[in-house]
Amino acid sequence: MNETTHRAPRAPRRRWSWNDPATRALIYQVVILGLVALGVWYLTSNTLHNLAARNISTGFDFLHEEAGFAIGESMVQYSPADTYGHAVVVGLLNTLKVSVIGVIAATLFGTLLGISRLSKNWLISRLSGLYIEVMRNIPLLLQLFFWYALITEIMPGPRQALQPLPDVFVSNRGFKIPWFKGDAMDWIFGGLALAIVLIVLLAHWARRRQDATGQIFPLGRAALGLLVIVPVLAFWISGGSLEIDRPELKGFNFQGGLNMSPEFSALLLGLVTYTSAFVGEVVRSGIQAVNQGQWEAASSIGLSRARTLRLVILPQAMRVIIPPMTSQYLNLTKNSSLAVAIGYPDIVAVTNTILNQTGQAIEGIMIIMAAYLVVSLSISIFMNWYNKRIALVER
Amino acid sequence: MDRTLPGTDRLPPRADTGVVGWLRSRLFSSPLNSILTILALWLLMLAIPALIDYLFVKPDFAATTAAQCRETGGYCWAFVREKHRLILFGIYPYDEQWRPLLASVILVGAIVCSCIRWFWKPFLGLLWVVALVAVGVLMWGGVLGLTYVENAKWGGLPLTLILSTFGIAFAFPFGLLLALGRRSHMPGVKAVCVVYIELIRGVPLVSLLFMSSVMLPLFLPEGFSIDKLLRAQIAIILFAAAYVAETVRGGLQAIPKGQYEGADSLGLGYWQQMRKIILPQALKIVIPPLVGIFISLFKDTSLVVIIGIFDLTQAAKAAVSDAVWRGFSTESYLFISVIYFIFCYSISRYSLSLERKLDQGQRR
Repeated sequence: MNETTHRAPRAPRRRWSWNDPATRALIYQVVILGLVALGVWYLTSNTLHNLAARNISTGFDFLHEEAGFAIGESMVQYSPADTYGHAVVVGLLNTLKVSVIGVIAATLFGTLLGISRLSKNWLISRLSGLYIEVMRNIPLLLQLFFWYALITEIMPGPRQALQPLPDVFVSNRGFKIPWFKGDAMDWIFGGLALAIVLIVLLAHWARRRQDATGQIFPLGRAALGLLVIVPVLAFWISGGSLEIDRPELKGFNFQGGLNMSPEFSALLLGLVTYTSAFVGEVVRSGIQAVNQGQWEAASSIGLSRARTLRLVILPQAMRVIIPPMTSQYLNLTKNSSLAVAIGYPDIVAVTNTILNQTGQAIEGIMIIMAAYLVVSLSISIFMNWYNKRIALVER
Repeated sequence: MDRTLPGTDRLPPRADTGVVGWLRSRLFSSPLNSILTILALWLLMLAIPALIDYLFVKPDFAATTAAQCRETGGYCWAFVREKHRLILFGIYPYDEQWRPLLASVILVGAIVCSCIRWFWKPFLGLLWVVALVAVGVLMWGGVLGLTYVENAKWGGLPLTLILSTFGIAFAFPFGLLLALGRRSHMPGVKAVCVVYIELIRGVPLVSLLFMSSVMLPLFLPEGFSIDKLLRAQIAIILFAAAYVAETVRGGLQAIPKGQYEGADSLGLGYWQQMRKIILPQALKIVIPPLVGIFISLFKDTSLVVIIGIFDLTQAAKAAVSDAVWRGFSTESYLFISVIYFIFCYSISRYSLSLERKLDQGQRR
C-alpha cells in the first residue's frame, strides 16, 4: 500500500535499496510506463510503416476534399459537393438529434414506467414489470432490426398509409405528422425561450421571498401561465403568419408536414423503448430508497401529498436516481451508434463511409472516438454539476 | 380494548377479504385506479387474442412453403422449421452440426455449474479449462478424426456463447488488474489505468469493433495478420475489461479501511494483502453486478454483426435474405429474441437470488 507516503524518517543518507518501498514504487512505475510507451511506439511505428507501404497519407487534410456521397437526412444544408468535414458535422448533428430527443422521451416514458411499477394497482404494476423484463433482456440491435423491418416491410406503402390519428400517417416511408409553418415560428420559439428565462428568475425571487417572509408563491401555475402567454404575445406582436402544415399524398409520396424517416423512427423507437426500461428500474429503486417514515413525517407536519412528493420525497429520491440516470443517458448516446446497422446517417455511419472512400482509417476512428468522448464528458460534467447541487450536505 | 368481550369478535367485512377484497384493494382502490385497471384490461383484451391468433390460430402448421405461409398469414412456423439450423449454427457444415450443438451444451453446462455454489472451489477453474479445450476441439476439429472447420464458418448460437464466455473469462483478470491499478498509490500506474478505463467507457463498442476491424491490421507488423473473429473477440475483451474494472473498484472502495490497516499490521505484502484479505471480500460484494456485466456482454455480442461476423443476430438476418423466404423478418427476429430472452432472463433471475443469498451475512 503506502509505498509513496511511507518514507523512513530516520534516513539522512538514503541509498538505493530494494527494501525501500519508495524506491520499489519508483522502479515499478518506470517499468510500467516504459512498457506502455514501448507498446505505443511499437504500434505507431508499425502503423506508419504499413501506411507508407499502402501509400496512405496521414493527417486530417482529407477533410477539405469533396465528399461526393449523399446523406439521407440532414439538419443543415448538405450536398455531395460539400467537404468531408461538412459531412462529419452533419453526422454529428444527426447523432445529437436522435440522442437529445431519445433522452427526453426515455426519461418521460421511463419515469412513468418506474412509477407504475410501484403502483398499488396489481395489473398496472405487473404489466410494466413485464415490459421492463422483456425489453431489458433482448439486445438493442435486434430490437432495432425488428422496428426497422416492421416499418419498412410490414407497413403499407404511402397510398395505403395507416392513419392512427387525423393527419398522422404511418407508412413504409416513415412517420408523417403535421407541423407548423410560417414566419411567426421564430418569434414563438423566441417567446418560449424568454418564458423559460422569466420562470428561472421568478423561481429565484420566489425562493428568496419565501426564505425572508415564509410566504409561498404558486410557482407551478405562474410558470404554466408564462409558458402559454409569452409565446402567444410574441406571435401577436410579430403579426406573422402561422398555419398548420398537413402532410398530403401527392403522387407516390407525401408532401408537407414533418417527416420522420424509417431509419430515424426505428432508431428512436428502439432507443426509447429499450432505455426507458432501464430508466424505469432506476426511478423505481430511487423512490423505494426513500424511507417510509419520510412520508409519515411530512404528513404529520401537514404537507399535502403533492407537496410531500415535491418537497420531501423527490429531492431525496433524486440523489439516488441521478448517478445511475447519468449512465443511462450516456448509454443511450453511445447506443445511438447502432444507427450504422440500419442506415441512419449518424456520425459512425458517415465516418465509416468516408473511411471506406479515403482509406483514412485511423483518422476516421479518431474522429468517432473524439466525438463520443466530447459528448460523454459533457453529459457527465453536466450531470455531476447537477448531482453536486442536489447532493446531501453533510458535516 | 374490549376485544375480549364475548360475542364482539367479528369477521372483517365480506368486501375486505377473499377474492372481492383482493380485487378491491389491488385493482379498484380509487376511481383513478379503477380507470387504469379498466384501460389495462381493455388493452389486454385487444392484445392477447390478437397474439394467440397470430401465433397459433391463423398459421397453418402443416405449411411447408413460403407461399402457403403468405396465404394464411400469421406466424410462419414453416420458416422456423426450414431455417432453424441456419439460424442456430450458421454456415457450419450441415452434417457436422452436432459438433457446435455439443459445444453449446458444454458451454451452457459450464455456465450452469459456475452458478451452483457447490462448484465454487478451485477445481471449477480446471473444469473451465477442460470445457474450453473441448469446445475448441469440437468447433475446429482436425484431431480425433474430426474434419477441420475454419472459424470463418462458425456461426449462430455457439459463436454468441463463445464470444461472451471467452469475453468475460479474459476481461475479468484484466479488469481486476486495472481496478487494482486505479486504486494504486503510484501516480504513474494510476494514470495509465484511469486513462484506459475512461477512454474505453467513453466510446461505444461499435467504434471499438470498427477499430479492431480496420485499425488492428495496421498496428501489426507486415505479413502478420489476426483473423477477423479473434479481432472482434479482442475488442470485446478490451471493452468489457473497463466495465469489470469499474465494478471491482466499487467493491474495493466498499472495504473498510480497517481491513487494509489490519493486513498492514500483520506485515503482509501488497499481493498477499490483496489475495488473502481484500479481494475475497471485495469480489463477494461485486458478484451480482459482475453477473449484470455478463448479461450486457451477452447482448452486446450481437454488435459483431456490424463488422460482418456470423453470430446469432447475423444468422437471423441471413435467413431472411434468402429470396424464397423474403419478408419473414418478424418470424426470424422473434425466434432469436426468444433465445436471447431465455438466456438473459435466467441469468438475471439467478443474479437476484444470488444477491439475496450473499446478502444474508450482512443483514442485521
